[in-house]
Amino acid sequence: MVTQEIELNDALARAGIAAWETDLAELIVQLGDDLPSHILVPAIHRNRTEIRDIFRRAMGGAGRPAPTDLSDEPRALAEAARLHLREKFLRARVAISGANFAVAETGTVMVVESEGNGRMCLTLPDVLITVMGIEKVVPAWRDLEVFLQLLPRSSTAERMNPYTSMWTGVAPGDGPRAFHLVLLDNGRTDTLSDPTGRQALRCIKCSACLNVCPVYERTGGRAYGSPYPGPIGAILTPQLRGIARHPVDAQTASLPYASSLCGACFDVCPVRIDIPEVLIHLRGQVVRQHGWRARIGSDEALLMAGLGATFRSPRRLAAAERAAGLAGRFVGRSGRIGRWPAPGMLGRWLRFRDLRVPARRSFRAWWRSTGGDEGAGR
Amino acid sequence: MRVALFITCFNDLLYPEVGRATVRLLRRLGVDVAFPQEQTCCGQMHFNTGYRDACVPLVERFTTAFAGFDAVVTPSASCAAMVRGHHAIVAAEAGDAGLERSVGEVAPRVHELTEFLVDVLGVEDVGAEFRERVAYHPTCHSLRLLRVGDRPQRLLRAVRGLELVDLAGAEECCGFGGTFAVKNADTSAAMGGDKIAAVRASGASVLTSADTSCLLHLGGLISREAIPVRTLHLVEILAGGGAPA
Repeated sequence: MVTQEIELNDALARAGIAAWETDLAELIVQLGDDLPSHILVPAIHRNRTEIRDIFRRAMGGAGRPAPTDLSDEPRALAEAARLHLREKFLRARVAISGANFAVAETGTVMVVESEGNGRMCLTLPDVLITVMGIEKVVPAWRDLEVFLQLLPRSSTAERMNPYTSMWTGVAPGDGPRAFHLVLLDNGRTDTLSDPTGRQALRCIKCSACLNVCPVYERTGGRAYGSPYPGPIGAILTPQLRGIARHPVDAQTASLPYASSLCGACFDVCPVRIDIPEVLIHLRGQVVRQHGWRARIGSDEALLMAGLGATFRSPRRLAAAERAAGLAGRFVGRSGRIGRWPAPGMLGRWLRFRDLRVPARRSFRAWWRSTGGDEGAGR
Repeated sequence: MRVALFITCFNDLLYPEVGRATVRLLRRLGVDVAFPQEQTCCGQMHFNTGYRDACVPLVERFTTAFAGFDAVVTPSASCAAMVRGHHAIVAAEAGDAGLERSVGEVAPRVHELTEFLVDVLGVEDVGAEFRERVAYHPTCHSLRLLRVGDRPQRLLRAVRGLELVDLAGAEECCGFGGTFAVKNADTSAAMGGDKIAAVRASGASVLTSADTSCLLHLGGLISREAIPVRTLHLVEILAGGGAPA
């Protein structure tokens, strides 16, 4: 994940070095010339027939080919991947890994996984290079206990994950001969300096927030344009890309808005990241960085400015309500506006739904003339 | 007890009948509710869309309009959550100690309607009658910001003649989400479509909730697809005036 964040594979390819993914799902993504769509299950958008086709088509160009009669049975697919990867593990001279945690008191690094491919990657090649975000470091072993319980329970609903590999430098006669640790900042220190936004760095990448998110469920992970999809990606990616300090590209600036603020993510987060709170905080930074003025051509900025001024005065609001009530009588005689190719925000509403028209008499106006007594006139 | 009604700008303009039903219900329960004319909007739309500077005068206005009341009742879980959860943030960001103090006094007195009925008045049977099959959509802000729990369902179950049906995936968002509904309109409509499908499958003739904002979105989808389901705010049922006038 972190190597995708820094686009390491692309840089290695440009330098003439072939780098192959060894996580099964990442291998499927790589062979399919694709992007990951989930933190824990990167190839969740592929069904087994597609995976069979990808293996048949692309494995041969990357190493040991898949059998020509490969079926889409999970066992057969796993076996093809196993044979393909084993051959790679035995030939590769350098391995690159990420890390789930590191313990400062002993300098130990740790990978938590389900396949065993990670352990082979960590132990078979002569040189191991680990790239790890600086937020992965915990002070002491006693601090690790809680995380090693939270992570599998929140990600795969297991009490413990199948493979937990830990290493502290190199050991003579076993594992790699040389070990290099790359501590990655890439926007993390800046994120840490934001009192509201910094909680995103607590993320242990369990993906529980993805699994409950109604937006992620419908858009899929690739819509987020980053290796970190879903609600956590929507708050992490913009911060790593510097949204607090300078304008960012349109895709990144749209991420804090990729949420209905339903709060389901915060409810399941095992490390209590208040994702909706951070999303709203980052929306403030988008508006600040890109400015009301830069967006003045947009109907959103005009609406916000207009309503902001209206809401500052009850008299202005009452007048606006009278005008809206009158307008409503013209455009929606049936009480609603139906299909209508309106521009901007109104059009985007009406494309899918009818719109109830403003009331002829607002509550405020009704109260003023009746004092809240339903018997008093109409 | 001095009680004020916070109608919300949304209900004021689009759903005045919800305000009238709230007044009718509260008076029937012996609460003499006042309507401070100085109120406008809680600022949620500006806050949640990122226009935070615009919220400061709205928070000032809110605290002034509702100062001195023992309780403020609102038929909107979403706006109640904005006041109780976010007005303090707006005041702190503005660096205005006086405003922070006023928010500290007023915001905790704001009650969403079902909280007020069950917690403050201590009633669950409000004496209503409503002879229809009703599906209740627990809105996200009532559920996950205010944590109203099953107060709305308890109130609905006590309504004579009312059959409360199970709604599949009830706690999943309907897709309204304020400006999300127009910024990510197709995702919003997909979420709403699934909610409507669950409402249809429930066999309900009426869909109700504690927020008209979600009902504007769901009602718009229902109207577009000409589905025989009416949307009503919970208070329109509790006030006994469920049938269309």
